[in-house]
Amino acid sequence: MTLRAEAHTPPATEVRRFGPAQKWVHRTTAALMGVCVVTAAFLYVPELAELVGRRELVVRIHECAGLALPVPVLAGLVSRAFRADLGHLNRFGPHDKVWLRAALRRDKRRSQRPAAKFNAGQKIYAAWIAGASLVMLGTGLIMWFTHLTPIMWRTSATFVHDWLALTIGIVLAGHIGMALGDPEARSGLRTGKVSREWAQREHPLWRP
Amino acid sequence: MENVNPEQSEEPGEPQPPERGTPVGRRVLLGTIGLGALGVVAAPSLQRALEGFLGAAADKDPTGLTGLLPNGGGFRYYSVASSVPHKNATNYRLTVDGLVDRPKTYTLDDLRALPQTKLVKDVQCVTGWRVPDTPFEGVRLSRLLDAAGVRAKAGAVRFTCFDGTYTESLTLDQARRSDILVALRMQNKDIGHAHGGPVRLYVAPMYFYKSAKWLSGIHVTEKVEPGYWEHLGYDVDAWVGRSNGRDDDPTS
Repeated sequence: MTLRAEAHTPPATEVRRFGPAQKWVHRTTAALMGVCVVTAAFLYVPELAELVGRRELVVRIHECAGLALPVPVLAGLVSRAFRADLGHLNRFGPHDKVWLRAALRRDKRRSQRPAAKFNAGQKIYAAWIAGASLVMLGTGLIMWFTHLTPIMWRTSATFVHDWLALTIGIVLAGHIGMALGDPEARSGLRTGKVSREWAQREHPLWRP
Repeated sequence: MENVNPEQSEEPGEPQPPERGTPVGRRVLLGTIGLGALGVVAAPSLQRALEGFLGAAADKDPTGLTGLLPNGGGFRYYSVASSVPHKNATNYRLTVDGLVDRPKTYTLDDLRALPQTKLVKDVQCVTGWRVPDTPFEGVRLSRLLDAAGVRAKAGAVRFTCFDGTYTESLTLDQARRSDILVALRMQNKDIGHAHGGPVRLYVAPMYFYKSAKWLSGIHVTEKVEPGYWEHLGYDVDAWVGRSNGRDDDPTS
C-alpha cells in the first residue's frame, strides 16, 4: 500500500533550526541580561532606588551578572553548531544589502526581504549587542576597580556606561518586541524546530 | 539565457554561501567597541555639552522625563540602607556629643528656633551631575559646636544618620566654616524624606556625598574617621574641583 507507506513517512513539515547549544546560550544570556537590566533600573530610576535601597547589594548583583554575561557565549564555542551560527551571523551576502535597503525604506514586501538562516537585521543586532556588552563590561570594570585607573577615567566610563545602558534598553525592547510579534520564531528558539512553511516565508534563502 | 544550467536557474540570484560573504558582523562588533572607547576619551567634553543642553531642557520639561536621562539635571536619590525610617517634628532628634563640655539633644523645633542662615550655591555630585543655584537654609554647624563647648583636644567631627548606615566626617577647622549648615530647608521648602529630611548636613564647598542625609548625630572626636563612601575610595577632604581627580568649578 503505497499510500500507507507515504503516510508513515510524511514530507517533513518541520525543520531543525537550533540545537541545545544555541538554545542554552540564548537562554542564559537572556537571563543574565535581564538581571543586569533590572538591577540597573533599581540603581538608576529614583523611584525604584527609593523603593529598593540596599545600594551596595544591588551593585554587587549587577556586577556579578555583568561579569558573567559573556560566559554563555564563550562556553557555547565548544559546540560546532553554535560556531556555525556565529559564522552565519558574521558573514553578509549581497541579499543582506537588499534586505537592509528595504528595511531603511520600510518596504515590507517579502520579495525585498531575502534572508538566509538569519536576516540582516538579526545579524546587525547580534554584532552590535555583543560589542555593546563588551563596552559595558569594560566601562563597568573601570567603575568597579577604581584604584586601577585614574579617577577621571571613572567619571568618563560612568558617562559612557549610563548612555549606552539607555541605548541598550531601547534596542533590547525592540528585540523583545519583534520576538513577541512572531510566535513561531520564539517557539523555534524554545523547541529548536520551525515549520518548513515559516522557514520558506521568513528565511527563503536558508537551506536547513 | 537558454544555456543556463537548470540547477543554477532554479535559484535566480542565489547568493554565495554565507561562509564566503563579507565579515560585516565582525566589523560592526569591533566598530561598536571602538566607538565605546572613543566615547570614554571624549566623555568630559561630551558631558559638559549634554549637561548644558539637558539642564536647559529640564527647566522647560513638564513631563519630568529628562530627569531620567543620564545627567538630565536635578538630584538623584542614593540610599545605602535597605529602608530609612521617616522622622518628623514629633520624633526627630539631633544629638551633639563626644569631646564637648555640654552635650545636647535638639528637637526639630529647637533647631527652627535658632538663627537661620540661607546659602544659594551650586550642588556638585562626584558622579558628575550639578544642580545650579540651589538654596539651602538652616543653622550654622559652628553655632551648634560653640553651644556645646568643644574641648581643646578635639580635632574632628563625625556625623551619623538615622538610616543607621551612613557616616561622614569633617576636620574641626572645616566644620567651623560659615558655609556648612545643619540644613532644614532646601529649594525654599522643608527638606522632604527623599532629600534627607527633615534635617541633613549641607557642606557647600565639597562634593555632595559630604552632605549627609537624615542627620541624627554630631560627635566631636580627636581625629577624622573616614565616612561611608570614603571607606569605598572617595576622598575625605572632598573640595569641589580639588579632589577625587575632578576639575569642576568650585561651589563655594
